[in-house]
Amino acid sequence: MKELKPLGSLDADKPCSCQPKTVREAREMLRAQREKNRQAQAEARAQRVAEVLAPPSSLPGKLGLTFAALVIWWNLYQMLPGIARFATQNLLGLDLTSHLGASVEFFLYDTPKVLLLLALVVFGVGVLRSFFTPERTRRLLAGKSEAFGNVLAALLGIVTPFCSCSAVPLFIGFLGAGVPLGVTFSFLISAPMVNEIAVVLLYSLLGWKVAAIYMGTGLAVAMVCGFVIGRLKLERHVEDWVLAVRAGGGETDQPELTWAERLDAGAVAARDILGKVWPWVVAGIAVGAGIHGYVPEGFLASIMGREAWWSVPAAVVIGIPMYSNAAGIVPVVHALLEKGAALGTVLAFMMAVIALSLPEMVILRKVLKPKLLAVFVGVVGLGILLVGFLFNAIM
Amino acid sequence: MEIKVLGPGCPKCHEAEKLVREAVAEAGVPAQVTKVSDFKEMAMLGVFATPAVVVDGVVKCSGKVPSKKEILAWLGK
Repeated sequence: MKELKPLGSLDADKPCSCQPKTVREAREMLRAQREKNRQAQAEARAQRVAEVLAPPSSLPGKLGLTFAALVIWWNLYQMLPGIARFATQNLLGLDLTSHLGASVEFFLYDTPKVLLLLALVVFGVGVLRSFFTPERTRRLLAGKSEAFGNVLAALLGIVTPFCSCSAVPLFIGFLGAGVPLGVTFSFLISAPMVNEIAVVLLYSLLGWKVAAIYMGTGLAVAMVCGFVIGRLKLERHVEDWVLAVRAGGGETDQPELTWAERLDAGAVAARDILGKVWPWVVAGIAVGAGIHGYVPEGFLASIMGREAWWSVPAAVVIGIPMYSNAAGIVPVVHALLEKGAALGTVLAFMMAVIALSLPEMVILRKVLKPKLLAVFVGVVGLGILLVGFLFNAIM
Repeated sequence: MEIKVLGPGCPKCHEAEKLVREAVAEAGVPAQVTKVSDFKEMAMLGVFATPAVVVDGVVKCSGKVPSKKEILAWLGK
């Protein structure tokens, strides 16, 4: 390698009369070698770090780790208000009563609080979900009578692991196993809408009452809309090939999980979901913080308040094509409520955004004929509208 | 050995495919890895939760991204 050194200074990209090929090749070789060495070193380093940081593989070890994490979590959570206040007042030198100070303190307090709560709940739900596979849910739902099936499907929608890109295969699999169409829809409505992320965010920003109302009405919408769609007898509006495929199977030879694996599943879920939603949470809270500090109280009362009845249908119509996950929408919802928007209007908006979206319709169109798709959107939209009116009337 | 990775194309499905390819390369077994994104074919294979991995016609996992250790076990390593 030593005799190749002088060649290294030549610019390989310039055309050169003296053995251009060899020069370039020599440089390439040197570079490749260096790259390989660097990679080997990095790998060795990563392995050493991984060995030190590797979580214990035994159940007692994992339980200990979980307990330690919970203790740290609790202490951190208790310290948050003080830290946010200190950082705003002393580190940044802002006046807490000023617009900017109020916004910054709100942001510094809410962001870590929401992320901490989210981590805890997603971990818990991740462990819980390891008991509910889509296969098991399908077995539970197959051959159930309609009304009871709708209720069960909506409830299972909360705990069954579900990724929205899985909606179509799941739809086919459920129908193929003899789950009634309406019951399948109950599941498909509840699974994305009533999820732990939405509930945690609502709880941490708006309190347990709003979280409970959202969860309750979300489940009700899923149950009732699924039931109505089932009553309408629209089976023939499912694309023909779906009915032709008698999807059997779904039996996998996945072994029953151990408790250590379930704890792992929770940790993986927490890492995955936090890794994915934190930018949404931060952005959403930043917008919320801006509104919190700058928009005057009651600003929205006239256009989104209880007196403006038309704001509910407007919120649903605007919300349906929009696509956002719960993490992005809840902080905005929080800010809207604070400035005088009515709870029913805001709930309707949030449900419409999460439950129905344009990308979802495009993908569902592959298995649903236009009429059934329109009925689905119409019935769910109507259900959400009713929720909005109901809460504006009674709250 | 014929391995199929099923998924319509969400990030999780891509991750599953990447892991399977890496595992096959690591194990050094002659295996053909294909990506299935057609819903009809998924239904035929009896899979209704993605991502899923099918090895020689047997559904090994569905509804989650498998770990590399699991994949290597399916490959007989």
